[in-house]
Amino acid sequence: MASEHLNKLPLMKRVFAFALLLTALWACTSDDGGEVPPDGTPSEPDTATFERGTMLVNWADNIIVPSYEAFATELEVLATAFDAFKTDASTANLVSFRAAWLSSYKSWQQVSMFEIGPAESQGLRLNMNTYPTAPDKIEANMASTGYDLSLSSNRDAKGFPSLDYLINGLADTDDAIVSKYNDVDRDALIAYIDAVLADMQNLTKEVLDGWNNGYRDTFVSNDGASATASVDRYVNDYIFYYEKFLRAGKMGIPLGVFSGSSLPDKLEAYYEGSVSNELFLEGLSAFQDFFNGKHFGKSSSGESLASYLDALNELKDGESLNDIVNDQFNKAREAVVALAPFREELENNAVPTQMSTAYDEVQRAVPLLKVDMVSAMSISIDFVDADGD
Amino acid sequence: MTSLKEKYINRSVEAAPLAVFRIFFGLMMFLSIVRFWSYGWVDKLYVQPKFFFSYYGFEWVKPLGGYTYFIFVICGISALLVAIGYKYRLAMLLFFLSFTYIELMDKTTYLNHYYFISLLSFLMIFLPANVYFAVDAAKNTRKAFQYVPVWTLNSIKLLLGIVYFYAGLAKLNSDWLLKAMPLKIWLPSKFDIPFIGDLLSLEWVQYAFSWIGAGYDLLIPFLLLYARTRIFAFTLVVIFHVLTRVLFPIGMFPYIMIVSTLVFFDAKLHGKILSLFARVLQFSKELFDTKRSWAPKSRVLSKATGRMLVLFFALQLLVPFRYLLYPGELFWTEEGYRFSWRVMLTEKSGYAQFKIVDGESGKWFYVDNTDFLTPFQEKQMAFQADFILEYAQYLKNHFEKQGHRNIEVYVDSQVALNGRLSTSFVDPTVDMATQQESFAPKNWIVPFKDEIKGL
Repeated sequence: MASEHLNKLPLMKRVFAFALLLTALWACTSDDGGEVPPDGTPSEPDTATFERGTMLVNWADNIIVPSYEAFATELEVLATAFDAFKTDASTANLVSFRAAWLSSYKSWQQVSMFEIGPAESQGLRLNMNTYPTAPDKIEANMASTGYDLSLSSNRDAKGFPSLDYLINGLADTDDAIVSKYNDVDRDALIAYIDAVLADMQNLTKEVLDGWNNGYRDTFVSNDGASATASVDRYVNDYIFYYEKFLRAGKMGIPLGVFSGSSLPDKLEAYYEGSVSNELFLEGLSAFQDFFNGKHFGKSSSGESLASYLDALNELKDGESLNDIVNDQFNKAREAVVALAPFREELENNAVPTQMSTAYDEVQRAVPLLKVDMVSAMSISIDFVDADGD
Repeated sequence: MTSLKEKYINRSVEAAPLAVFRIFFGLMMFLSIVRFWSYGWVDKLYVQPKFFFSYYGFEWVKPLGGYTYFIFVICGISALLVAIGYKYRLAMLLFFLSFTYIELMDKTTYLNHYYFISLLSFLMIFLPANVYFAVDAAKNTRKAFQYVPVWTLNSIKLLLGIVYFYAGLAKLNSDWLLKAMPLKIWLPSKFDIPFIGDLLSLEWVQYAFSWIGAGYDLLIPFLLLYARTRIFAFTLVVIFHVLTRVLFPIGMFPYIMIVSTLVFFDAKLHGKILSLFARVLQFSKELFDTKRSWAPKSRVLSKATGRMLVLFFALQLLVPFRYLLYPGELFWTEEGYRFSWRVMLTEKSGYAQFKIVDGESGKWFYVDNTDFLTPFQEKQMAFQADFILEYAQYLKNHFEKQGHRNIEVYVDSQVALNGRLSTSFVDPTVDMATQQESFAPKNWIVPFKDEIKGL
């Protein structure tokens, strides 16, 4: 055996052999965080440890890609509904176009958090859902002949929020809105919505194609533990989404927690006025389902952050962190469900106490994710490329 | 007594080890500065941020905008001058000042290693490290000496010994020894390291690393001191530091420590190293072999240096224990935590949300920390009380300048320590705007909910 053989070696040679091993080890570890060979060879099954690779496969194949596919389908339905409205701009067709808009907007909440890879390089979230939208810019664009929606300056003149304005905000009643689509502006309006829908569909198609043609494998095979590994990077993006877009964007900023007074016009779907809560809740549920590894559109689930936490056996205060996080999501949901539409909460209450309380529940999940979860997983948040002690 | 004094202080020994130490120190420091600069860290850490966290009493030390690079230039050049031993005392003084200035600019970047470099470079100002194998000695052979008093080497050994031993003492606590924390969190996440990655998730390996690490720190100074264990000890030093380099992002420090411990070896080895240098540089080392012994220029100077060093080392021995003057758990409050060789002892992270209340109107809002701090600063701020206070004061001034009146600042913070569930860290009912930084205990830190036994 090798060990017996080693025992026969003189001390200095053994020391040397060990030093050589260490050098090899050291040479295999690169200076800047380390990169994992992207060949995707899964490591041997080890019952004792959690396989990050398995979780990545579950994320990509059972959650992320199916969610994008469903979203792309929703956008097609939306485009079809618009075609009907185009042909006959009736109130009934407006109502069904609006229903398709809401349905696809909800579907968007299921993919908005996946801003990594193709979505990140496209800047999908900013292109799809920058609000508040800028009616002046939309009007100016329509008045001009050539506008380029791919310009970053047009981000607040397209996507779901622009549609919100164009189908909910042009006038007070549906009849008044419909009459706009049968008046002098008809062509400009139709053309603009066509352009917005085409832009949304193109971007989504590119992201989905990106996942299907290569990125899925890159994502799944980068299963290491460095700051550039998929899990570390995505967990950062995932928490960033919760803090910045779900918590602050949909609730905190309109509520005025960062400015001192409420700003209802910063609500998502402001012109529709009654669905901001629904959109938030859809996003929260999608976020929680992802945490639990629930397969998209199914009741089954796979390896997830929740099962990772369980595997790490992070039992604290006699309760598992997994349960604590899920409990907090549930509390947040209950608190938001009990609210009137956000816009009413903000416009009808001088001090929107109830919504503030609900926001606090949403907020309470942030330290659980950003402190407890990542610390248990030894994932560095906002990885800083600097030396440690 | 006199014989002890003779043995450890006055006895003449070869100057070669001191020269080797000087050369390696200078080169390592130069490389560290180049590396730091080349990674763009000067810009990222000292030019980009809008706000810098100061050490208490050193609020006047700030980055100089674009001129900050100038400090790094001074630091790099003086390190090179130290290496070649040209205008050594001045170069060493400049290095100490510029390096320490850099470290004092923002305590976000505090590392025990940097503190160690500052101390060592301060000590080296007083050492005659340029009397042998140095440009100073070559240019003026009257200043060339083959022998130096042994205290010059012993003071370096003592400083290194303190660093290791105190780092070992700090590990004698229940989290480290009985829970294998924080290695239990850190090691499993290194599963992708070649050869040993799979082992790291095994619990016994985590305990073994903890206990061996503590034992290593406590024993290594002694193993290095005795000739019979020295080679073994040096092998351990290499293994230990290479392992830490592989496992953790600690930059140049492992190499600095490995090279520094060469000072424990006897002069023969250093003679060989210098002969090698002499051959590469193609000049004769014999020039420095004057057979003469260096001595301080005057008795007064000698006495003053002696007293200064006694004071220096007394402080080194006492400062790490200042935490005993504070109530509460040290790892939690971190009052008296820095400058004490508490290396890699805690996995700690936090979350701090600042609420600004206008005392007149009662209106309030939360601060978006990213408006003022870099991600690195925010991360460090969130679990350290002195950072939280300084930032709160800064916010108060900032919003008062914007026209708000009677600003009150409240902090909602959660901190997790060594795998415990996060709990509230700062009393959310205390107005931080009314608190002042001082050495007094911060009674607005919520007491630690658990207990960590040990030193």
